[in-house]
Formats: sequence, C-alpha cells, structure tokens
Amino acid sequence: MRFKIIPIIITLVFFTIFTIFFKGLKNSNIYTPNIDLEKKIPSLVFKSFDTDVEIISENIFNKNKFYLMNIWASWCIPCREEHEFLMKLKASGKIDLIGFNYKDNNDNAKKFIDELGNPYDKIFTDRDGTSSINWGAYGVPESFLIYKNKIIKRYIGPINSKNLTEIENIIK
Amino acid sequence: MRLLQIFLIIIFIFNLNLLKANEIQTENKIAKNLRCLICQGQSVYDSDSEFALSLKLVISNKIDEGMTEEQIYDFLKSKYGEWILYDPVLSRNTYFLWLLPILIFFAGGVIIVRKFYIKKQS
Amino acid sequence: MASLIGSYSLSFGLLFSFFIIFFSIKNLKNSENLDKKIISFSFLQFFIVVISFLGLIVSFITSDFTNETVFNHSHTTKPLFYKISGTWGNHEGSLLLWLLVLTLFVLIFLLKSREQPKKYRIFTLLFQQIIIIGFFVFLIKTSSPFNFIFPAPKEGLGLNPILQDPALAIHPPILYLGYVGSSIIFSSALAAMVTTYVSKEWAKHIKQWVLISWIFLTLGILLGSIWAYYELGWGGFWFWDPVENVSLMPWFALTTLLHCIIVLEKKGILASWAMILSIATFALSMSGTFLVRSGILNSVHTFANDPERGLFILIFLFLLIFLSIFIFFFFHSNKEKIEINFSWLSKETSILVNNWFMMYFLSVVLIGTIYPIFLEVLTSNKISVGPPFYNKLMLPFLIPFLFAMAIGPRLKWIKSDIQDKLYMFILLIVSFLISALIIKEFDVSFLINTILVSSAFFLFFVTLRDFFIKKFKNLSQNIAHFGFSLLILSILLNNFFSTEVITNLKIGETFKSEKFSINFVNVDQENGKNFKSIVGKFNVQHPDGSIDVLNPELRIYNQPNIVTSEADIKTNFFTDKFITMNYVQNQEYFNIRYQVKPLMIWIWISVIILSFAGLLSILKKRYEI
Repeated sequence: MRFKIIPIIITLVFFTIFTIFFKGLKNSNIYTPNIDLEKKIPSLVFKSFDTDVEIISENIFNKNKFYLMNIWASWCIPCREEHEFLMKLKASGKIDLIGFNYKDNNDNAKKFIDELGNPYDKIFTDRDGTSSINWGAYGVPESFLIYKNKIIKRYIGPINSKNLTEIENIIK
Repeated sequence: MRLLQIFLIIIFIFNLNLLKANEIQTENKIAKNLRCLICQGQSVYDSDSEFALSLKLVISNKIDEGMTEEQIYDFLKSKYGEWILYDPVLSRNTYFLWLLPILIFFAGGVIIVRKFYIKKQS
Repeated sequence: MASLIGSYSLSFGLLFSFFIIFFSIKNLKNSENLDKKIISFSFLQFFIVVISFLGLIVSFITSDFTNETVFNHSHTTKPLFYKISGTWGNHEGSLLLWLLVLTLFVLIFLLKSREQPKKYRIFTLLFQQIIIIGFFVFLIKTSSPFNFIFPAPKEGLGLNPILQDPALAIHPPILYLGYVGSSIIFSSALAAMVTTYVSKEWAKHIKQWVLISWIFLTLGILLGSIWAYYELGWGGFWFWDPVENVSLMPWFALTTLLHCIIVLEKKGILASWAMILSIATFALSMSGTFLVRSGILNSVHTFANDPERGLFILIFLFLLIFLSIFIFFFFHSNKEKIEINFSWLSKETSILVNNWFMMYFLSVVLIGTIYPIFLEVLTSNKISVGPPFYNKLMLPFLIPFLFAMAIGPRLKWIKSDIQDKLYMFILLIVSFLISALIIKEFDVSFLINTILVSSAFFLFFVTLRDFFIKKFKNLSQNIAHFGFSLLILSILLNNFFSTEVITNLKIGETFKSEKFSINFVNVDQENGKNFKSIVGKFNVQHPDGSIDVLNPELRIYNQPNIVTSEADIKTNFFTDKFITMNYVQNQEYFNIRYQVKPLMIWIWISVIILSFAGLLSILKKRYEI
C-alpha cells in the first residue's frame, strides 16, 4: 500500500507545481502598484512653480470638479509624446490640469511649455523628487485623476489616445 | 552538542533584532532592503535611477523627522505595496516562506535519524 | 549563406537522433557489443551541430543582417571579439550552444564508458537523445537562430553594452558545460535504474561526470559573479537575484551528490538518495532555464522573454520529471538491505550531515526564489524576497555546517573517535580569540558575527594544519574544504568591513571623511570603437598620505544608445578600492560611489581553489572524503 501511495502523492505535488507555473506564465512579471484603488489624496505641501507660494494639497483639489494631476519633466521623452493629449484634454474644458514639474530646472521647463503649449491650470514643482514619493508616484510621466480629494484613477507612463477617451468618458 | 546548537540559533535570532547603527548606516540599511520600482530587480541602494535617488532622500528626511526603521517600512508599504520590501514580514502570506525551510530542515533530521540510527526490529 | 547552411544542418541534425534511436533499440536486442554505427552517428550529429553553430558564428562575424538573430544582437561597429561572443549572448544562440554541448558530451560519454555494460550505455544514450530531441524541437519550433529577414536591414540593433565584456563572453559556455554535464548524470541515473546497474561500479564511473559538471558550474558561477562585481557598478558580487539563485541551486544539489556518491561507492548504501539527487540536479538546471527564459521572474539579468518558449520548456521539464518519477518507482528496486553498521561518530554520519545541511540551503534558495510566483498565482499578492531573507535563514545554519566540515573528514568509516581533541580544542579557542579581536577592533559588536567568523577560522586552521600532518592523503578534499573556509571568511570579513560613500561632486570639489578624501580632478573625453566615453580622474588620499588615482568611466554606446557606467577598481591582496560615477539628471555634479572592499580578491581566489580541488580529484582518478 505504502509503495503505491507515495508515487501518487509525489506525482500530484509535481502536477500542482506544474499548474502553478503554467498559470504564472500568464502573469506579467513587471510590478505595478494596484492602480484601481480609490484613495484619499495625501496631505502635502506643494510649492508653486514661479512664485514661492506653498499650498496644502487638499486646497488644490477641493472644488467640485475633476482634476488631472500630471507629473512631468522637460528632460523626459515620453512626456513630449503625451503632451498633445493633455492639450486636447484641456481644450475640452471640463477638467483642471495640475502640472507637477519633477526634478527639473525652471528654464528648461519654461522652454518646454513655450514650445509645446501650456495645458496646465496650475503648475507646482518637486525639485528633489521627494514630494512625488510621498504622493506614492514613481516616475515621469504619471497622472492621477482626482475628484473631491480622492484619486479615482491612476496612469503610469504616458497618456495615450485610449486613456484620453477613458478620461473623457469619466468626466462627462 | 545539539543543545548547544539550538542555543546558538536562539541567541542569533535574538541578536538580529538588536542591531544598532548610526544614522547613515540605518539609511543605507533601509535602502538596501527596498526594491527599486523602476529598475526592478535592483535594490534602491544599488540603483541610480531618479526614483531611487529621491527615495534615498525621503528616507534620510524621515530619519531626521525621527521615524523608526519600522515606521519607514510601513510608510513605504502603504504607498507602494508590500512588493517594495525585500525582507517580507511574517504574515499570513509568508508563513510558508519562512517556516517551510525550517520545517524541511527538521523533517530531514528526523528522516536521517530514523533511517540510519534507530535499529529496526524484524 | 552561412545562415542557410546553419539552418539546414540544424534540421538535418534532428534526423540523426532518429537514426541513433533506431539503431540503439535494434542493438539492444541483437548483439553483445555496442554497435559501432551508433558512435559514428553520434559523431556525425555532433559534427553537424558544430557546422550549424559555425554557420551562426560566421553570420555574426560577417554581420549578415538577413539573419534575424544577428540583426537583433549585433552591429557592424562592434569589435570582432564581441561579434563572436554575441553568438551565444542571446536566447537563440545560447540554446544552440546548449545543444552543441549536449551532443559533444553524449559522444564523450560513449567513448569514455567502454568498460560499462552495453545495455546501460545504450539506455543512457537513449535518455540523452530524448533531451537532445527536446532541444532540437525547441530550437527549430520556437527559437530558431536562423530566421530570415527580407529586405535585409542596413544595420543591426547591437548588443546590450553590459554584455560586451570578456568575462561574460566565456561565462555562458562554462556554465552550460556544467548544466549539460548534469544531464549526463541524469540520463545515466535513469539508465542505471532501468538496467538495475545502480551499484558501487556505477558510482565509481559517474563520479567523474559529477566532478566535471561541478567544476564547470563552480567556475561559471564565479565568472558571472566577477562580472556582476565590476560591470553592474554597485560593488556587490552576489545579489540573491533569481537568475543567480537558479545557478546556485544545481550547485547545491551537485555538491550534495558529490559527497553522497562516495558513500555509495565505498559502502553501497544511499543508492536511492543518489538517484534522487542525480535527477534533482538536472531538473534544477532545467527549471533554471525555464525560470530565466520564460520571463516568469523579474530580474536584473534580462533575457528576451517569451511565454510561448516558457510553456515549451515547462512542458518538457515536467515530462522529464514524470518520466523520472515513473522510472524511480517502477524500475528502481531498493534491494539494498541497509545494514546500519555505523555509529553516531563516523564518516557516514558526517556525510549525512553534509547532505542534510546542503538540502536545507537548497530548500531555502528554492523556496525564496519561487515562493513569490506561487503566492501571486494563488492569492494575487505580490511580494519580493531579497537578501535579508537568505541571510537570516542561512547564516545561523552555516555555523554548525562549518564545524562539521572541519571535523567530518577526520572521522573514519563505521566507527570513529575525534582524534587529538586537545589540538582541536586549542584551535577552537584560537579561532574564537582571533575572531573576537577582529570584530571588537572594528566595533561591529555582534556575538553572532564572532561565532560565525570563528567557525570559519576553525575550519581554516584545521584544514591548514592537515596540509602538514596528512601530507597528500585526501589532498583534494582538504584543499576543497580549505578553499571553502577561505571563501566564507573573505565573504564575512568583506561584508563587515566594507566602507562605502555615496556623494555628489562637481569637478574640482573634494569630499573629506576621517578615513580618506576624494578629489574630483577633471574629466576627459575618449573614443572607443563603438562608444564615446567620459573618463573622470579622481585622487583618493589615505591617512598615510598615499594617493590612488582612479578613473571611472561613463560610456555612451552608439548602438543601442545606452549609457553605461564603468567602475575603476584598484585591487591588491588586502583591499579593493572601487569607484563609479554617474550622471545626474539636470545637475552639474556627478553622483560618486566610492567603496573600500577588503579581501575582495580572496573571494575569487578561494573559488578557484575550490575548482582546483575538483580538478585534482579528477586527475587522481579517485577521491575520498
């Protein structure tokens, strides 16, 4: 009896391992934080781009409308690609765009805006990248759709036309 | 001999929790225990990505603010998920991870002793 | 043209497998001796795979971009050496290399096993051919190195610059020699079970293959580690990265087998265990290939990954595993009547202890590597398992392991006594004092560290003393254990006493600390064949007034357009001084990483000593523990 049970158990164990590896193959191996979670925005002090005014984040996104907070930098190449979509989004007029200038210097950032247009209603800066970490972001470009001080959607990487339609549908 | 071994292991595990180090060492230690989200597979300490550089700054700021190592881990866990920690905490998800090797060790010991050292009747 | 020849000979090579299988099965029934045709066909198969491989090399040398593999991984401006090494620096080419080594090894096996029973040789060949066919099909179906592109692109995409490196050029071939060697052990174990040839003679014969695989695997891991140390620019040499772990697991299994097979050879016991280990070694090598190539794991060492390939290896791997389970349970009759005639204190016990701990280390690495995959599939939670996990679970167990390594070889078979206890005791005290002194002086006051270091010192002294007492008896064993003690000592001390500084410096600035000052003198521009480089000049001044000039580099490669940071390392027998510089976005300063790493070179030397010990036992044709 013992002789027969052991091989069966071992075969079953390996079969389970096989199934798990098989399923594991389908998962992406690149980690992205859970992006569909609704979350209250963190309370942070934001520094304005051209003046030295400091504002607490809750006072930026407090109106009864949608906001898109977009983290960008003039040195970031994908940011150039997504810029036209931001301009389109702004043109729709239903949403406030908040720019968050990441690890940039003011001259280059201004040049970038002058060259490609300014979709932002307000721009804030994050010189050393620490505010972005506190916000839970991880790089440029990255965008957060915010409503009533709550993050309802998060886009890691450049906004594309698909994301644009999605945002337009949400804010309708 | 065996008792001595067990004793040593216990002392060791105790020791692990009593690490004391100065601030920069703590900072480096934390950075080494964090996984970089940009170049996944590197620790934040090893990585030179913008994300990692900023995160190192955040860590040193948090230490200055008086946060403990554990608090910093918790803070980052809440922001980026458990994935960012290289040293998984013992929880429902990781019981097997931590205990299975130890279990295998003892099972191995028992098998060896039973098979070779306890005289069987027959 | 060369591609075309390569492609045809690859398909042709598969055909030979069927010839070989046909003649082998025929030969099995008919004659007394091994059919000469089988050896001829094996040789032809090897020859044809060589031609195929040469075809790929020639395509790389001539930068023939009608070949997709060449297009994806080469570039006309690449130096010739890296054009050639680029052949196996990618998924397709490296698999072709696997196949090449597989056919080579099976040929060598046939030629070198003349004294073995005919049936056993043929069955080994048959099992080996199953593996070879698997690789042929895998290559041709999912990863052909000879895909044709039309129209031919003018320029290739280039090889990832961090792979353009001498150590990494020879690292894969060496490592594959180790992996493929384990496939011979696997096939031969299966064949031995089928033909009920599991015996002392078998152990004696397969030992050579175990040693060969072990040496190559050890050297392969060493090369990878050295490469990571100077090329990745973080100054570490082992990151517990999944890709590193998968090469370590077969190493643990092989090392265990290496010890266990002696007991089988000398005493005729542990036969089943040796079978399991032989199967496990190869299964672990193959699952390593699966984990790395399928992209199921997330690692610093990138390989172009593709789930379809992963699926193929996965199915193939598990077919082999189920085949082994079947053979193990239905053919391997455990006839050995275990006569437990050895006592607690005997050589047998010490080898069992070795096996026990080795299996534990293996299970730690295995579980740490694949646990995240299991957790994600079962609960969709994602976690990371990194260095702290491995250190916490392995270091405490290293202490008794090291002591056992010191005492074990001094024991005799069956029943023994610890000889010259007084000496051992003195050495123990001396080790402890030295360790305490070292640890205390540098103020890393952990009790555990002292004990850990003293156990390594103990092994060090005991083996060192044995060189003088035992002279040439068990020389290779003693060298191996000595090398291991040196390895652990250097790793530990290196870990404790490394100092590192990360700082931002502009040109002309100086960083000062109580131990040294770093002066950033200037930067220069230089041109390489396929890169431009910015070379920094740094003067590092030490308290004794001596100055080291270090020149780290930033290389901007043309194709692909990647910036790499090249460390500059000043090595001597005591310490390595390691510096890298990195460009920081939008700033005038550079990010400088300076590390002083003691005993670095001894880590490499001790691994070389280990492999040398292996070589010595092959040459001596017999080894003991």
